[in-house]
Amino acid sequence: MSIEVKNLCFSYYPGQEVLKGLSFTAEIGEMVYILGPNGVGKSTLFRCLLGQAALSGGEVRICGKNAADYTPSQLAAKMAYIPQVGLPSFNYSVREMAVMGRTVHLSPFASPSSEDYRITDEVLRRLGIEALADRGIEEISGGERQLMLIARALVQQSQILIMDEPTANLDYGNQIRVQARMKKLVDEGLLILQSSHNPQHALLFADKVIALKNGQIVAVGSPLEVITEENLYLLYGLRVKKLGNLLVPDIEAV
Amino acid sequence: MNINSLLKDNFSLLRNSKGCLFCFKIYNLYMIKKACKPITKDAETHSPMSRNRQKLLFLGIIFVFVFFGSFSVGRYPVPPWDVLKIIINELIPLEQTWNDQMSLVVLNIRLPRVIAAALIGCALSTAGGIYQGMFKNPMVSPDILGSSAGAGFGAALGILCAFGYYGISISAFIFGLIAVIVAVAAASRFRSNVTLGLVLAGIMIGSLFQACTSFIKLVADPTDELPAITYWLMGSLASIRIYDLQMLLPVMLVGLIPLFFLRWRLNVITLSEEEARSLGVNTKRIRILVILCATLVTAASVAVSGMIGWVGLVIPHFARKLVGCDYKILLPAIMLIGGSFLMVVDNVARTLTTSEVPIGILTAFIGAPFFLYLILQGGKKRL
Repeated sequence: MSIEVKNLCFSYYPGQEVLKGLSFTAEIGEMVYILGPNGVGKSTLFRCLLGQAALSGGEVRICGKNAADYTPSQLAAKMAYIPQVGLPSFNYSVREMAVMGRTVHLSPFASPSSEDYRITDEVLRRLGIEALADRGIEEISGGERQLMLIARALVQQSQILIMDEPTANLDYGNQIRVQARMKKLVDEGLLILQSSHNPQHALLFADKVIALKNGQIVAVGSPLEVITEENLYLLYGLRVKKLGNLLVPDIEAV
Repeated sequence: MNINSLLKDNFSLLRNSKGCLFCFKIYNLYMIKKACKPITKDAETHSPMSRNRQKLLFLGIIFVFVFFGSFSVGRYPVPPWDVLKIIINELIPLEQTWNDQMSLVVLNIRLPRVIAAALIGCALSTAGGIYQGMFKNPMVSPDILGSSAGAGFGAALGILCAFGYYGISISAFIFGLIAVIVAVAAASRFRSNVTLGLVLAGIMIGSLFQACTSFIKLVADPTDELPAITYWLMGSLASIRIYDLQMLLPVMLVGLIPLFFLRWRLNVITLSEEEARSLGVNTKRIRILVILCATLVTAASVAVSGMIGWVGLVIPHFARKLVGCDYKILLPAIMLIGGSFLMVVDNVARTLTTSEVPIGILTAFIGAPFFLYLILQGGKKRL
């Protein structure tokens, strides 16, 4: 079991629980979507998984070991985090940014060797963005920037990728292209856990869907089981028609 | 372009006082030429990494030329050839072709001054460049945490209490450290955003110490103490002697060496907190180390030279335009440019008029318009 969450509870202030007893598992080779309305605690859940927030109850086990027992660099070797696409303060080149994934494999006072750059270039080639290697990140598109962040996570060589709404800021074409690329990576032996506001994507790409509402899991399972008209109404308060693999919101009823 | 031959041709020009400025001009020309050159596809021979290494080498050559050139510049010009011989003579005795006055000027007056200018320029630029990364804000300068304001107060207090020359430096150094310690302690009480907490606490401590300095100026004797304080606050390298270096050099090395070796990892802390931690970096530990080292070198610089503004803000920007943002190359570039820059400005400070011009005034005169120029150029692509 790669990720095992047992009865996870979290609160910022005592008595006000944001996450109330979540339990789920996820394994290598699975694309897991976390769906839920704004403010339901998806980002908080990720911070708990990444060991950056102290749990108020329950436990998170990564590869069979309690996440709290890992040092930051041990955890980083198992699990990479891909934030929402934003612009960093400085205009690094794509290669400079991607090679930062090697941090966990280097001693604090070391700089990356030519071998580290070779690994980086290989990953860039694998994702089809090797031509962008020397371009500044301010000069590439949002979709390319997202691929670059994925490249950095792959350079890190951890098998679990945690992604916070990876395609939220991308155009329609890039959303599908990036998700399809991620699906391919999962099939090659990764576990991707992503939060999303797009149930349609989950229907197309997910192996497992976790639906969150009010800090609790309302449904977990295959996309066909979880993404039903009833659950969508429960999550988003929206009447949606499901025609095969297609979701059509009922605009009249809004 | 053959850099060496170009520099050799122009070496004769180094003999006059404008030599160093000329040197600066050459490398500006060189960089403009680089920037105009179309990006070629033969990536094997011109990969950005090897190109950046060439740039570093070039900056190193500039640094060495400015360093030796600075000895011959001043009210009492000494030919560069004699400068070289006077310095070598200290190690291996040579036949004397210079007079004793030249040797006195070069060894006792200019040597400490030039080394101090190189060290302080290097230190202030490094501290600025690193703080800009750590605070994820390119507008940050090395006194962000109040170290300069603290040191200024310490020096003013030292002058008021007639502590003597050493007492003033030590008092400045100690108060520089105290200011940062108070700012960091206040920021650690900040609940959520550590970076924002540091900035706010730094501003608070800085203005508090500035108010204290103003108060000391108010009570100081207007005939001798007040001018001394005012002159000190303007910054000058005129009074530096060889024994100042004995204090300055170890502190600088203790501060700069860890930063130099940590430099690649500094890239990671320019990212968001979550990103940096998920990449496996202990952000808290690295932040403490960076603040410690940067404060050490800033406080030491201010203690010896007074307030020298703008260097720590402008030089990192300039270096970033030149070699990009990767600290692996950027930090050595900042160190070399910062050192060269302050040596050149100090040369101007001691030759411009018959009396010394405080170097802090000159760095502001040069730094502020130059910074504006860099910002207006902002839209330009990476070199």
